[in-house]
Amino acid sequence: MHKGIYTIKSNIKIAADVYEMVLSGDTSAITMPGQFINILLPEKYLRRPISICDWSEDTITIVYKVVGGGTAQMATMPVGTELDCLVGLGTGFDTKKSETSALLLGGGVGTPPMYGLAKALLREGKEVTVLLGFNSKDDVFYQEKFEALGAKVVVATADGSFGTRGFVTDILPENKDVFYYTCGPIPMLKAIYKALGTKGQISLEERMGCGFGACMGCSMQTKVGNKRVCKEGPVFDADILLWE
Amino acid sequence: MLTTTLCGVELKNPIIPASGTFGYGYEFHELYDINILGSLSFKGTTAEPRFGNPTPRIAETPSGMLNSVGLQNPGIEKVIGEELPKLRDCFHGPIMANISGFSLEEYASSCEKIDGEEGVAWIEVNISCPNVHDGGMAFGATPEKAAAVTKAVRAVTKKPIIMKLSPNVTDIASIAKACEAEGADGVSLINTLLGMRISLKTKKPIMANRMGGLSGSCVFPVALRMVWQVYEAVNIPIVGMGGVTTAEDVVEMMLAGATAVEVGAANLVDPFACKKMIEDLPSVMKTYGIDKLSDCIGGAHHG
Ligand SMILES: Cc1cc2nc3c(=O)[nH]c(=O)nc-3n(C[C@H](O)[C@H](O)[C@H](O)COP(=O)(O)OP(=O)(O)OC[C@H]3O[C@@H](n4cnc5c(N)ncnc54)[C@H](O)[C@@H]3O)c2cc1C
Ligand SMILES: Cc1cc2nc3c(=O)[nH]c(=O)nc-3n(C[C@H](O)[C@H](O)[C@H](O)COP(=O)(O)O)c2cc1C
Ligand code: FES
Repeated sequence: MHKGIYTIKSNIKIAADVYEMVLSGDTSAITMPGQFINILLPEKYLRRPISICDWSEDTITIVYKVVGGGTAQMATMPVGTELDCLVGLGTGFDTKKSETSALLLGGGVGTPPMYGLAKALLREGKEVTVLLGFNSKDDVFYQEKFEALGAKVVVATADGSFGTRGFVTDILPENKDVFYYTCGPIPMLKAIYKALGTKGQISLEERMGCGFGACMGCSMQTKVGNKRVCKEGPVFDADILLWE
Repeated sequence: MLTTTLCGVELKNPIIPASGTFGYGYEFHELYDINILGSLSFKGTTAEPRFGNPTPRIAETPSGMLNSVGLQNPGIEKVIGEELPKLRDCFHGPIMANISGFSLEEYASSCEKIDGEEGVAWIEVNISCPNVHDGGMAFGATPEKAAAVTKAVRAVTKKPIIMKLSPNVTDIASIAKACEAEGADGVSLINTLLGMRISLKTKKPIMANRMGGLSGSCVFPVALRMVWQVYEAVNIPIVGMGGVTTAEDVVEMMLAGATAVEVGAANLVDPFACKKMIEDLPSVMKTYGIDKLSDCIGGAHHG
């Protein structure tokens, strides 16, 4: 974990209520895709946890949806704004768990961490299939960016206004034996778990006090004891979850 | 210049991370050398392991937060067998052991177990947790019950005992007095204030436990007032806490009557909060013409 001041390089709308923000600053604490940052906002007491979508030696890209006061504030921040962030939090996706190919499933704003993951898997020479689920055409983002990386991408929308009508579970490939990685709303994650079983890694969300393991605010019971979503997670092996 | 003496034990400075906001220390030791701290109070420990309450356990408030963690901890045996040795490896100063319970017997048995532990300088007896039913806060709710816990704990340990008081009472001074009368060596206050939030989106309470304890900068004036009242009522030292965020807050708490100061929620927002306060204290003291920090204790009451 690193605490530092990060400067907004860009902050643009990429879908309905969804923004992509690029921050510049120290990224040395980021060790794996699926980790998150915790952002201090003016007049807000608690920090806002947001997944790392992509990172370079000196930039971090995040994608966030405006759902309340904090994210609404973020959407209005001009380039050059400085933000106090805790960076490189949590345990992310383990790319070593998949063999020669991997199935990535992102739902809504659960999609961003899949981007950094796809990049890392492709760098390891793996075949990557990305299934994205959104509510409607206006919500779709990053489809082309995944394609540009060299991943195979299929999109589903709940109302059928873009791609296949339905949920990501309606566009699953024939071969269900491939290792999967997923992040999205809980009902989607549970449906995937039901359809694909425990050979996967799942990224979860919880309300957080600290984001770095100090308060026990985000604890969860698993088959192998109590885990903190912010520290041992947010990414967990599907086979430890008590979801049966 | 920064030293203070709490129940006969000297601290290099009055800054103590508060129970429940600093784990067992080692998470923070990865960030900075926690040996700069005066002491630290570890996570509230009960006789048996506890998972605590269902999540969500956290809600934000203006200038503060609510938590309903509900005393998640691995139980006294594991704390003594695993957590304390790990903590002693990285922290060599005096440790404050925070103990909670659901019956007089449980308080006494846990305190008896911790009594022989090296490095533990004080036992902070939590009779004020708002997040557990039929226990915790109930003991801090009346002078009679607070006295009963103090008596039970006093009988089993020679270590100084510091009773941690609840602000969710009508007259905190009478409870502090009852603890003093039964042989408490000190009192610490305040624990969190019972509160709640409701989501307009779901029209339901945000936290699974519905209610939780309020802490953070918003409670500072309430905490300060209670430290003031207790200082007027007892002759034993007070550990002041509730919303302390800056070195100025530390001095203000001490002027109200605190011998040492615990820092809770501020650690969660800024993991370096305690370090920063310790570093800032000398310049704040200089600004306000304070040579020796301990001279401030209760300073606002005199003259
Ligand atoms: C590990 C992790 C990664 C995340 N990654 C992303 C991401 O990449 N993109 C994205 O759009 N969102 C992400 N979220 C959700 C994001 O944290 C919330 O949408 C955001 O905190 C809402 O803040 P607000 O002030 O707008 O909403 P408000 O509802 O006003 O916030 C009030 C409080 O509730 C908390 N809160 C509200 N919703 C959530 C939530 N879903 N999860 C956790 N805390 C919440 C806030 O942090 C704040 O403390 C992530 C959450 C977690 C835990
Ligand atoms: C997340 C959290 C967990 C806490 N857990 C405990 C605990 O286990 N035992 C205890 O005595 N107090 C506990 N407290 C209370 C704090 O130690 C402190 O009394 C209170 O938060 C007021 O201080 P603050 O405003 O600086 O946070 C907890 C507080 C928070 C925020
Ligand atoms: S949010 Fe504090 S421990 Fe996870």
